[in-house]
Amino acid sequence: MARLMSLSDAVAELVSDADSVAFEGFTHLIPFAAGHEVIRQGRRELELIRMTPDLLYDQMIGMGVARRLVFSYGGNPGVGGLHRFRDAIENGWPHPIEIEEHSHAGMANRYAAGAAHMPCAVMRGYVGTDLMAHTTVAHVTCPFTGEQLVAVPALRPDVAIVHAQEADREGNVQLWGIPGVQKEAVLAAQRSLVTVERIVDELELRPGGIVIPGWVISAVAEAPGGSRPSYSLGITERDNDFYKFWDKLSRDRDQFTDWMNENVLGQELSRR
Amino acid sequence: MSTATQEVTAGETQTIVAARRLSHTRTVFIGVGRPSTAAILARMVHNPELVLVYESGTIGAKPYHVPLSIGDGELAETADAIVSVPEMFNYWIGAGRIDVAFLGAAQIDRYANLNSTVIGDYAHPKTRLPGAGGAPEIAASCGEVIVIAPHAKRTLVEKLDFVTTVGHGNGPQSRERLGFRGRGPTAVITDLGVLEPDAETCELALTQIHPGVDVDRVREETGWNLTVADELARTEPATAEELGKLRELLAR
Repeated sequence: MARLMSLSDAVAELVSDADSVAFEGFTHLIPFAAGHEVIRQGRRELELIRMTPDLLYDQMIGMGVARRLVFSYGGNPGVGGLHRFRDAIENGWPHPIEIEEHSHAGMANRYAAGAAHMPCAVMRGYVGTDLMAHTTVAHVTCPFTGEQLVAVPALRPDVAIVHAQEADREGNVQLWGIPGVQKEAVLAAQRSLVTVERIVDELELRPGGIVIPGWVISAVAEAPGGSRPSYSLGITERDNDFYKFWDKLSRDRDQFTDWMNENVLGQELSRR
Repeated sequence: MSTATQEVTAGETQTIVAARRLSHTRTVFIGVGRPSTAAILARMVHNPELVLVYESGTIGAKPYHVPLSIGDGELAETADAIVSVPEMFNYWIGAGRIDVAFLGAAQIDRYANLNSTVIGDYAHPKTRLPGAGGAPEIAASCGEVIVIAPHAKRTLVEKLDFVTTVGHGNGPQSRERLGFRGRGPTAVITDLGVLEPDAETCELALTQIHPGVDVDRVREETGWNLTVADELARTEPATAEELGKLRELLAR
């Protein structure tokens, strides 16, 4: 049964230095508040896993949280590149990071295999590309048809962190809108934290809503607005202007650091 | 159809030409930016039944605005169905259910292979680009691929720094050897014209040129010795309707 905790207590208990941590949310429902709490608590040497690093990992990488990055698309969606991500890979700032990159299909299948507690997933992909030589993928032959396929290893993060619209007091979670790979990430991980916009007495089931039972979640923390500048469909809107603003601000190391100090490090969350 | 009387920019022509390609398409897979604009324009002008599929899992989205990201709320709110990322790649893209995919890239070679990973050496890149995203499997499995890119020497290059996505590989039979099910790139639409793979060699040749552009300029802006098709078509100028609807869409 998920425990209802404050965000700061949940991060303190669930995320340790050097853990592999997957923060998921595909454009929608990105767990910014939780990522900011990890930065505030000074975690280091994390293996950060995420299909689309987005602004959240740009911030975490720039603040020196990451030792390693596992990803499939490191861009600012619709705007351009991620400057802190680039600076770390191109120039080793604030320190060098290791990378392991995949395609979206590969990452999605790796999470699905992790959720199923399978060692790998079998798929069509990667062949003919230079990615084959730079990532963890292997050729396999279908034992039934002889078709040449590839296998990718399951993802089994130490911790998965996702954001959802709501949870009830037993920690059952419901999210709706673009579902991404959040359910897979939670089920693939050893421990999990779900931040939610609100705690409700009873979940009102939505068409297309995804319910994750509380008994597969470690902790639920209320964090209203916790996906901003991403969004929580029906509750907050994506702040597209912030994504454009970030493109300018994050080009400069000092500007970036000042902004993070002022807007993230300086903002203690009120305990709930 | 009346021809537009106003000045049309090269970018507008590129979008309008891309939209025309979707006149008889059932399903199109799109990313953000010009491909998305073109697909929405196609729904407005040529093909109101066109099914827009975005990587975020929104199938049959009917956006009124051009979305900034592939996961904007409006896509989810207007979609016929919303699916998870594993489902999108396995059941929809991988299974070959999408007819046309629009892709972009930082570099394109003569066989329409694409690089969106790095400029320079992989371990020590001069420019680290976003990476593969969905492109490799989209290009392998969708019915056909249309590449949309600016026409410039640094984009249309002799040799890719990194093969992120296979188009026609090393030429004829490459796709068959790799077991790909889709036909691969059928066109590269630029702001100067349209390149299409030769039926025998698979090498991209200039088959269509936009109004006001001459062949020398296209060759000048291409990083390899570009073949020009024997029957080079001239792009039909934008109609008043196409241009009006495009500008209306971008002003929303």
